Amino acid sequence: MLNAHTLPIIWGCIMAFVIFAYVTLDGFDLGVGILFGVEPMREDRDVMVNSIAPVWDGNETWLVLGGSGLYGAFPVAYSVILPSVYLLVITMLMGLILRGVSFEFRFRATTERQRHLWDYGFFGGSVVAAFCQGVILGGVLQGTRIAHQQFAGGTFDWLSGFSIFTGIAVVLGYALLGATWLVWRTEGELQRRVRRHAKVLGIVMLALILVVSLWTPTLDPSFAHRWFSFPGIFITGLAPLAVIALGYAFFRTLARDTEAHHDKTPFLCALGMFFVSFLGLGYSLYPNIVPPTLTIWQAASPVSSQIFLLVGAVVMIPIIIGYNIFAYSIFHGKVEAGAHYH
Amino acid sequence: MQSAITSPLALNLARSQFGFTIAFHIMFPAFSIGLASYLAVLELMWLKTQNQVYLDAYKYWLKIFAVVFAIGVVSGLVMAYEVGANWSGYSNKAGPILGPLLAYETLTAFFLEAGFLGIMLFGLKRVGPRLHFAATALVSIGTLISASWILSANSWMQTPQGYTIGPHGVFVPVNWWKIIFNPTFPYEWLHMVTAAYLATAFAVGAVGAFHLLRHKDNPVSRLMLSMAMWMAAIVAPIQGLIGDSAGREVWKSQPAKLAAMEGDFHTRAGQALHLFGWPDRALGRLLYDLKVPDLGSLIITHSMHGTVQGLDAFPEKNWPVLVTTFWGFRIMVGLWAVMVAVGLYSLWLRYRRRLYEARRFHRIVASCGPIGFITIIAGWTVTETGRQPWTVYGVLRTAQSVSPLSVGEVLWSFGIIIVLYCVVFGTGIRYILAMMAREPQTGEPEPSGDKPLRTYGPQGLHDPDATVNSAE
Ligand code: HDD
Ligand code: HEM
Ligand code: HEM
Repeated sequence: MLNAHTLPIIWGCIMAFVIFAYVTLDGFDLGVGILFGVEPMREDRDVMVNSIAPVWDGNETWLVLGGSGLYGAFPVAYSVILPSVYLLVITMLMGLILRGVSFEFRFRATTERQRHLWDYGFFGGSVVAAFCQGVILGGVLQGTRIAHQQFAGGTFDWLSGFSIFTGIAVVLGYALLGATWLVWRTEGELQRRVRRHAKVLGIVMLALILVVSLWTPTLDPSFAHRWFSFPGIFITGLAPLAVIALGYAFFRTLARDTEAHHDKTPFLCALGMFFVSFLGLGYSLYPNIVPPTLTIWQAASPVSSQIFLLVGAVVMIPIIIGYNIFAYSIFHGKVEAGAHYH
Repeated sequence: MQSAITSPLALNLARSQFGFTIAFHIMFPAFSIGLASYLAVLELMWLKTQNQVYLDAYKYWLKIFAVVFAIGVVSGLVMAYEVGANWSGYSNKAGPILGPLLAYETLTAFFLEAGFLGIMLFGLKRVGPRLHFAATALVSIGTLISASWILSANSWMQTPQGYTIGPHGVFVPVNWWKIIFNPTFPYEWLHMVTAAYLATAFAVGAVGAFHLLRHKDNPVSRLMLSMAMWMAAIVAPIQGLIGDSAGREVWKSQPAKLAAMEGDFHTRAGQALHLFGWPDRALGRLLYDLKVPDLGSLIITHSMHGTVQGLDAFPEKNWPVLVTTFWGFRIMVGLWAVMVAVGLYSLWLRYRRRLYEARRFHRIVASCGPIGFITIIAGWTVTETGRQPWTVYGVLRTAQSVSPLSVGEVLWSFGIIIVLYCVVFGTGIRYILAMMAREPQTGEPEPSGDKPLRTYGPQGLHDPDATVNSAE
């Protein structure tokens, strides 16, 4: 059962899960940072930061697992992708540094001016990290030159209209996650404003999904083939339906601002849209891990590595999810102004 | 084949960049390994004795821990991707072994730390003291588990075993037990964790001593100094023994590294101990040599006439980086001697019942705050530059490990990294120092105070004590 053919498939699914967990969880953290750009008030910003302060660190850890999991399960992919988007990766990391330390530093600042600077750091770091992640996604999708299991292209191979577009798309997508998260976790005037942001961003998100869905198949004939021939056409047909249903629920519940139990639904709908897009992406790629030529089997580490790591993943990931739910539940409820938790 | 694309300049830049970022990273985990255990002890003592002074010390260091930890996390995140970005040849071949170890570190340690850190920082009111203590303990256990995996990975690179070489020169794991518990692992683990505790003890002791110089009656400062000096007096000598065993293991498994550490160019029975000198690669000898005859052999082989190989036993292309290995070792051992001396001094003062009065001693301890961290960097410089020219000792060369990068790429990224690290982490260190400069207060707000701890700064904007402080 567990052999050189099935293990890479299992690991492909695990890595897809890990990346999805990262994108959605840190996505709303980064989104909150991006929304600093339109929420200038000090009090509001305190509430926004406090809504994610106890959990962002755990959310970012999925990115570490993404890196180390890829390293352990698909070392060839790890060692091809990272040099191919070298400058983007370093820039993304610098963005994440800025936003990560700003959590602490904006509370340590001794003058109003300093705190303001860290607010810019929080905003800028979040935008840069999100944008680079999107460009990396686009760059990988449009294909990488490989020779002898090593990256064989140039410094700026990733740069194209498509990758810049996916970069912007990810920034806006994260902003949507952040806005809906805040609809859930805040109240009063701030909540009313983030509802409005969410509405605008929801429309933008639907448009972006449409454009990316039309653009991606043109990058590589194999993508197009997969999407528009049997049995792919079923999925191609289902995905838009799912997005439309989610979009409908999203706008309906967003409008019901008097029913507090609906506050989390827009967030869940936004997650759903991410999920559908993500599935579509996985479907385009499979069985490649680095398009156009490197498959999960060629990129995989030896069976002895994958089995060893599988034991850890199967035992630990459920436990991790368990105590993360516990940690989230301790900090449930609305975050009040004045940095109180209740 | 990748070495054909990557120029030697790009290689050396990639090495320097990696060394810079990891040397920076390691100081913060070392501090959080030490502080997390220290916080767990303080909270336990508070639960047991209900003595306010422990809680005050706990809250004082918790705020500092939050910043130290945040810097550790983000600088560590850089490491997780830089390994692949700078060393793709190495990741490609050694990934099947090192990747799973690092992934296990994430699965078993990083999530644990991150998951309970929020509760540790914000949750005292929400979960009650006992569960809160559990969170503190889990975070500190997490830091130790993390150290275990990463040190296993590093020590395997020093003494690789439990693998075969597969197609494309890939390391294929055969025996995970042998990989994880490779010969240098026990020494690295003990030595590094002890180093983290010592470094933390000297930082904590320095803060205590610094404040005792102002107010020698502050019970919180007294507690800090006293606990730190017990650590120095007991653990620093032990660290010397561990270091000695580590050195003997290096002698067995990496003799060229040992020769470089000792500055021995020629194989002979009865090697001298070189206290000072400048290893010269081209001339093949130690310049300005200041030595004690036969002592080198005595320390390494435990016999005056034991034979110790010199660098001449190895082809020059396999010599490590000489100067950093030689001097890193002397700095480490020299600062160790300072730590032992401070520890002994504290014992003497305790015996005379003057530990809290001796101002000269307080000044010395206060100025020793950073020595643990400097020692750690020195020790790692020995370990890592002494491993050259290999990444996986004796099997995979550093030149085969590097990514196909251009000089421009590495130069650019190194530039961005240096600027950002200096600005961002420089500020972080300033904030940490500012928090340390704030005198610990007796009876800080009750744990049931309903503000999250994170909002108290040194004289932070949100700090309810800020006005009290500035009025002083
Ligand atoms: C507070 C820190 C500290 C102190 C007081 C010492 N060391 Fe150390 N040393 C380290 C902190 C450290 C370290 C930074 O933690 C290293 C780097 C790698 C490792 O495992 O520990 C290290 C490495 C290291 C190595 C290299 C191991 C290798 O290359 O695999 C040797 C031989 C020693 N040490 C020996 C000593 C001796 C003989 C000491 C005192 C007499 C000593 N150390 C004190
Ligand atoms: C935390 C303390 C550490 C410090 C201060 C440190 C320092 C350094 C330095 C200065 C170099 C450059 C050496 C040279 O090229 O001459 C280096 C290289 C390297 N280290 Fe470490 N290191 C540490 C721990 C680790 C660990 C835990 C790992 C592995 C998991 C590791 C993996 C590497 C690799 C892959 C290289 C690059 C290849 C090479 O130059 O040998 N290091 N390190
Ligand atoms: C190549 C070398 C290294 C890599 C790739 C690396 C990677 C990382 C990463 C990704 C984090 C952040 C984890 C999080 O999100 O919570 C981290 C933190 C940490 N690292 Fe490293 N690290 C390296 C070297 C070391 C060494 C040598 C040690 C100690 C012996 C160490 C100990 C820790 C600890 C204890 C943490 C927890 C965070 C903290 O306590 O500040 N790391 N490391």
